[in-house]
Amino acid sequence: MSEQQQDTAVLSVRGLFASVAGQQVVEDVSFTVADTGVTALLGRNGVGKTSTIKALLGIIDRTGEITYRGSSIDKLPTHRVVQRGIGYVPEDREVFGSLTVEENLRLAILGDSGNRETVDRLFPELRQRAKQQAGTLSGGQQQMVALARVLMEQRGLLLVDEPTKGLAPRIVTEVTEALKAVAEKTPVLLVEQNLQVVRDLAHSVIVLSGGRVVHTGDAREFLDSDLVHRYLGVTAGKDDA
Amino acid sequence: MSTILLLLITGVGLGALYFLVASGLSLIYGLMGVLNFAHGSFLTLAGFLGWEVGRRVSDGTWAGLLIGMLVGIATGAIAAAITELVFIRKLYNRHIEQVLVTVGLGLATVALFEGIWGSDPIRIAKPAWLGQTTNILGANIPNDRWLLIGCAALVLGLIVLFLKKTKYGLIIRAGVENRTMVTALGIDVRRAFTIVFAIGGAAAGLGGVLASVYYGQVAAHQGTSLLIYAFIVTVIGGLGSLSGAAIAAVLVAVIQQFANFYLGGTGDLAVVLALAAVLLVKPTGLLGKKTTH
Ligand SMILES: Nc1ncnc2c1ncn2[C@@H]1O[C@H](COP(=O)(O)OP(=O)(O)OP(=O)(O)O)[C@@H](O)[C@H]1O
Ligand SMILES: [Mg+2]
Repeated sequence: MSEQQQDTAVLSVRGLFASVAGQQVVEDVSFTVADTGVTALLGRNGVGKTSTIKALLGIIDRTGEITYRGSSIDKLPTHRVVQRGIGYVPEDREVFGSLTVEENLRLAILGDSGNRETVDRLFPELRQRAKQQAGTLSGGQQQMVALARVLMEQRGLLLVDEPTKGLAPRIVTEVTEALKAVAEKTPVLLVEQNLQVVRDLAHSVIVLSGGRVVHTGDAREFLDSDLVHRYLGVTAGKDDA
Repeated sequence: MSTILLLLITGVGLGALYFLVASGLSLIYGLMGVLNFAHGSFLTLAGFLGWEVGRRVSDGTWAGLLIGMLVGIATGAIAAAITELVFIRKLYNRHIEQVLVTVGLGLATVALFEGIWGSDPIRIAKPAWLGQTTNILGANIPNDRWLLIGCAALVLGLIVLFLKKTKYGLIIRAGVENRTMVTALGIDVRRAFTIVFAIGGAAAGLGGVLASVYYGQVAAHQGTSLLIYAFIVTVIGGLGSLSGAAIAAVLVAVIQQFANFYLGGTGDLAVVLALAAVLLVKPTGLLGKKTTH
């Protein structure tokens, strides 16, 4: 990694290891996340993308150096990592199904008021559904709640895991637009299988294979190269099916 | 008709007692995944201390009982909070060890209570009215049942209000569903653990004083025997579900009363059969959901 990258990194990870149920799922992973825009974390199913994100947050046991905005966060428990300003939008949304939409959002407010206006502007639909149980929302609406929830507080970095998974094309566009708007202010580390979305949003990529980083670099260059086929199993320049 | 009514109301009264113990068990398990076998000890200790203080203030009167109940509530809450802070917290996410510690605590404290108050039950005095009956449609209902039912309903109402209206209530409800995601929103869920233990302990503590009124005695093993029924209630109701615990508490106690009366004292057997039936048909209990920890 170049010096310039170092200077402008919001998050830098060195020698990260993590295991789940006694199995090593993240092995000696090192990368940096730029302090603007979207950095995509890519790789085939099961390579350890979700595990890497969970390791950063301390949701699963990890070792290694994790530096966020100049201070070390690798010994902190999950809630402290998040309190430092790292927001998490998990794979499969994980909204609280028995709580209302409003309660889901209120839970995420750590200070006094929260960013109501931002959330209302990005997701006007949620306002009408404030009293609805989140478990009865459609997949797309649940994804909106998961995103809105993390935006209730000011964040210095967002970790977003497959936000378009299982969504209809129109909703994928909506989520992409929302993320684009968010990324103008807040850097995002995005796990995403839909390469069109990656192309739309990301300026750079980190590619995992077998729990290790195998490539980092410019997003367009990567997506237009043969490496896409080698590491993701799809043909260069084509959209993910 | 009057017999049925008598069994029904008596059953609901006993169910109220079960609920006071089961509500805490269910919330604690729901949020933390801890089966708290020390819960009965909170009840017993509260029963003893409530009685000791109450009788010194004014033995066998309403004032003495009221003081006893307040002391019982405080005792249960404090004992439970200390248990969580000192023993459970260190074993965060180590469920087997947590069970072993609470079982050990349960056994050790019963021995301690026997050492202090002896192993024989101690008869207690209660306000005269509680020893009398009220005639309802021909059934003579012991008056202490009304006290039990009223207190349990009040506790249920207060806990529901707390869960629905406060920030910690929100955290607890969310945590019962998905604890990891609560911490991933930046919330220190351990504080909610202590609060849940304290609330459960307070309810059990009140239950301890009311149990001594119901049985007319305090005893070192009082909590332990109630704990068994409370666990059955918790499982039938669905681990983690407060309303499930309330419904199951009444159901279990009523079934028990009816089987004892009509089927020649087979109440306990009927309860176990009910447990088996529920587990076969709906393993998560009446109102239980799958939870992610
Ligand atoms: N709870 C678990 N128990 C056992 N193995 C697990 C567990 N969670 C994850 N794994 C394993 O860890 C590896 C990495 O999983 P992870 O979820 O991080 O992959 P991923 O890159 O996010 O995959 P996907 O693209 O399918 O979401 C996989 O081989 C998976 O089977
Ligand atoms: Mg994943």
